[in-house]
Amino acid sequence: MLNDISLLIGNTFMYSAPLIFGALGGVISERSGVVNLGIEGMMTVGAFVGAAVGFFSGNAWVGFLVAGLAGGLFALLHAVAAVTFKADQTISGIALNLIGPGLALFLCRLCFSGATMSQPVPHKLPKILGGAQSNIVAQNFNFDITVILAFLVMMAMWFILYRTKWGLRIRSVGEHPAAADTLGINVNRTRYTCVLVSGILAGFGGAAMTLAVIQQFTPTAISGQGFIALAAVIFGKWTPQGAYAACLLFGFAQALSVFPSLAHSAIPSEVLAMLPYILTIVVLILFVGRSVAPKEDGIPYEKGVR
Amino acid sequence: MEKTAKILKKPITSTIIAIVCGFAVAAIVLAVAGYNPGSAFGALFSGIFSRPKYISNVIIKATPITLTALSVAFAYKVGLFNIGAEGQYIVGAVAANIVGYLCNFPPVIEIPLVILAGMVAGALWGGIVGLLKAKFGIHEVLTSIMLNWIAFYFSNLVVNSAAFHQPNSTAAYPVNASSYTMLLPNWKTSDAGMAAMSGTKWLREVMLKTDVNFGFLIAIAAAVFIWMLLYRSRKGYELRAVGLNHDAAEFAGIPVNKNIVITMLIAGALAGLAAALAITGTNPHRISTLSAFENNGFNGLSVAFIAGSSPIGCIFAGLLFGGLLYGGQSIQANIGAPSEIINIMIGTIVFFVALTAVVPKLAVRLEKRGMRNAK
Amino acid sequence: MEVSNEYAVQMHGITKTFGTFCALNQVDLDVKRGTIHSLLGENGAGKSTLMNVLYGLYQADEGEIYLNGEKVDITNPNVAIEHGIGMVHQHFMLVDNFTVTQNIILGNETTSHMGVLDMKKARENVKKLVEKYGLEVDPDAKIEDISVGMQQRVEILKALYRGADLLILDEPTAVLTPQEIEDLIGIMHNLIADGKTIIIITHKLKEIKESSDTCTIIRRGQYVDTVKVADVDEEELASKMVGRQVQLVVEKTPAKPGETIFEVDHLNVKDDRGLPAVNDLSLKVHAGEIVGIAGIDGNGQEELIEAITNLSKTESGTIKIRGTEIQNTSPRNVVNHKIATIHEDRQKRGLVLDFTVAENTVLEKYRTAPYSKGGMLNRAEIGKFANQLIKDYDVRPEDCANHPARGLSGGNQQKIIIGREVANEPDLLIAMQPTRGLDVGAIEYVHKTLIRERDQGCAILLISLELDEVMSVADTIDVIYKGQIVDSFKQGEVDEKTIGLLMAGGKQNGKDS
Repeated sequence: MLNDISLLIGNTFMYSAPLIFGALGGVISERSGVVNLGIEGMMTVGAFVGAAVGFFSGNAWVGFLVAGLAGGLFALLHAVAAVTFKADQTISGIALNLIGPGLALFLCRLCFSGATMSQPVPHKLPKILGGAQSNIVAQNFNFDITVILAFLVMMAMWFILYRTKWGLRIRSVGEHPAAADTLGINVNRTRYTCVLVSGILAGFGGAAMTLAVIQQFTPTAISGQGFIALAAVIFGKWTPQGAYAACLLFGFAQALSVFPSLAHSAIPSEVLAMLPYILTIVVLILFVGRSVAPKEDGIPYEKGVR
Repeated sequence: MEKTAKILKKPITSTIIAIVCGFAVAAIVLAVAGYNPGSAFGALFSGIFSRPKYISNVIIKATPITLTALSVAFAYKVGLFNIGAEGQYIVGAVAANIVGYLCNFPPVIEIPLVILAGMVAGALWGGIVGLLKAKFGIHEVLTSIMLNWIAFYFSNLVVNSAAFHQPNSTAAYPVNASSYTMLLPNWKTSDAGMAAMSGTKWLREVMLKTDVNFGFLIAIAAAVFIWMLLYRSRKGYELRAVGLNHDAAEFAGIPVNKNIVITMLIAGALAGLAAALAITGTNPHRISTLSAFENNGFNGLSVAFIAGSSPIGCIFAGLLFGGLLYGGQSIQANIGAPSEIINIMIGTIVFFVALTAVVPKLAVRLEKRGMRNAK
Repeated sequence: MEVSNEYAVQMHGITKTFGTFCALNQVDLDVKRGTIHSLLGENGAGKSTLMNVLYGLYQADEGEIYLNGEKVDITNPNVAIEHGIGMVHQHFMLVDNFTVTQNIILGNETTSHMGVLDMKKARENVKKLVEKYGLEVDPDAKIEDISVGMQQRVEILKALYRGADLLILDEPTAVLTPQEIEDLIGIMHNLIADGKTIIIITHKLKEIKESSDTCTIIRRGQYVDTVKVADVDEEELASKMVGRQVQLVVEKTPAKPGETIFEVDHLNVKDDRGLPAVNDLSLKVHAGEIVGIAGIDGNGQEELIEAITNLSKTESGTIKIRGTEIQNTSPRNVVNHKIATIHEDRQKRGLVLDFTVAENTVLEKYRTAPYSKGGMLNRAEIGKFANQLIKDYDVRPEDCANHPARGLSGGNQQKIIIGREVANEPDLLIAMQPTRGLDVGAIEYVHKTLIRERDQGCAILLISLELDEVMSVADTIDVIYKGQIVDSFKQGEVDEKTIGLLMAGGKQNGKDS
């Protein structure tokens, strides 16, 4: 029983870590007023770059960091479109979701002699208790380091958004960019920075998948996590802590669907897999209802136009 | 100057610029990767146009995404982002498969029945999104993403259920042949058919080597219908008013929530139609276990954006998309460059569609300058 | 004019173009230190643009700016703030879900270390300012919860917090009551006494007379004149602003009220936070009569309109048109009962900006013949109707029927709405702030139209935050305070001061309401 529960908890955190990075990326971008539908694409880029660099350098940490960098660079495209060109952010985000996986697979085939899968990295990112544990419960609680990192990033983002001047500025830019502008806050630079950070975090999220959960990049390593992360942003009402909680719920869902004692029960695994999504909708109907996005989310800022 | 402005103002100009940019970026990526872009594009085009059966396959490939694009574009005109077309497509396919397998009527009843089943299922799936938004104000993107996954697992549940699973396969039982929507499916393999076609090589190739079907004609009809609905009908006036300014629409007495639900029902039905036509019109006429999304709905998003959300534009954008997807396979086969270059290219086109939305604005400025100079 | 350090601001030869549109052409402005200086002009004359140049939001194409006799180059608002310039925008630049303190410190935050906010210290600083200038406001209240007058104080505090010596106030009185305006003028004099300089942008002549020392007039981006306010009268200022003689008084004959058309009886409505907003309110409008509701923003006007037009539900009470109750039905039912509404927010509620003008003209009656038939629109009929309306109401440009309404000026957009609503041949015409944001010529036109409709027997309910407008246009003046009609007068029976007092919650006249 204890083993089961600990396994469930362990898996919940394991599956949610990549989502959390992605969702936090979404939060920071949207709080500054840029809708980011491209998380999926950014995560895929991170997933590939993390695995590839991790393989070639032999060091998962290097892979992880470069993945963030790659995600950030890739996100710059979105920033250029959304901020400089004042383009439709929905379309630009969707474009990134096409380019990201395309680019990842393209490069994968180039780097791994035509295969759509990378070679496994020699060592995954470390676990918090180091190597394998003899005690099963301890083993289940032997989280990936990314689980802890995700939590720390959430705390840091909460602190920055609500307790520092930068957070005050970011939120003002998302709510009322003209007001921020008149007070000398550079709206465009703020948005660029936030989108960049968003990409870095999404890149980490992808790498958390291919360097901690699994050990290599595959075409389905990132399949829908970016959208789940997006849903978590909305579900969590655009707050870091809310998005974090929502990701845990989705992680729990995934953990449940591979839970051994349920997997062998009469309930089809598909029904188990479906439940969390149904549950989310029920929760939304019963408790959450209308969620309010930052006021100017998705609206390009043009001087002198109200 | 005025002439230039006029050309720039046309939405098609931006689209063409975007397509050219897509090819240019793809060429650069290919060149950097050490491939000759010229021969890659050569392979692409010959993979689309060089044989009648290729053209036929492009059209077949374009059919479902044209319809899901129509679904997305229609909802977009009413201010709704239908990222749920994927899930609506999946449930549409499941419903069409189930009904087509369980029922076996003569084609004249069977075909409409199967297609209706797909449309109703899709409409239901879309309707849930609309209802939740109208009633509880829940963001449609959120519910759509949830419903996509529910549809995904629901489809697998059906495929793996005792009633529908075909043993020793990863798929459900196919639909009955009476629901096939290929052109003359029985006649073409009969002696009479063979004899009749023996003189025309291209016809034989298209008829026998591809699943040429009625789907694309229905897609065109659907696009025209949606255009008429949006721009010529009373309902469409309401829907567009809701999409462009729901506050003003509400104030003028137009029921906003009701129209949101209606829109999502129709959008869902279109995605379901796409699925039903794929089941009835192409091999293997059944659903299989999904390991990842097949992107029939998500590709619809891209197509709709390339089309600038114009219903008629969806037909052409759908063909373009279908052509690139299908012809792209030849790039890998012929010159060895990864076929994913096509995804990069399509993504780039969509990206530039977003960027080139500034072109008409520039044109307006150009036009004003012209007018002032004339004075 | 010579450059001298007697002047807080000197702007010489300022030219600014947007694309090909010349917003300012060689405009001069010289403001003496320690004075209140008005900048007068119609909407779109370039007043705000000039001030935005001074504040660094725009860069002038040509011209020089001197502050206290020294040439400066104001490249962005930060530079302006450093030079002690503070600006209060007409549309307040406040983040709604931030607190007063957060809004005041934004961009110039009080931090303890490493960028961590020190809200305690910030609150103290704000309190000090509040006390120094008598700008009473709760530092911890959220902006969305406080009145417009309070919000304006927050804006002034924002500028003072940044050490502003020169305050630019853009249309500061547009949303204030006479009492609040008096308070504001008092505050302005406090500030002058403290050595500050104030520029106010306005098109209200009376306030210039009451508050300012000097006035500069600009028209269509051109400098017209600078005058000592004491030397000129309102008519003179008006004709300098418009460029022709204008009629400041609304001409009309006495009303001949007929039967009761519209009746609100003991109505109670809650606002979206669930607090009572309309409080046992009763009123009547007769045929051939304009009833004006005077009141400060936020006293239930909006909720009253939302209840009448069925955008929101009522708690109790009735709303009757020709004896039929319409409360808690649907907006469509309201339209069907021949109630037409000119909403104050024409871009949000009045028009679908991306529809063509023609499409906008049938927003309510697209469903009826001849505009649609058998579920299909009749575009020829819609076009014919639109062109007639464009002609009747002199909408410019006259070939706009098939262009998006977005491209029209505010005045022309308003003409479309008024034309459309009047063409519905309403029994009751509700006009909310029908002249908001319009220039003098357009305002005259709107008032004439309302009076013409009245004379043809229409019942008209006018709701305006501009007391002048209610006083000059309405036949019956109802004063609303905290969701109640606290008193009612016939036109000419009452003076502005009495009404201003009632609007602010002063004593009732002893009459029943």
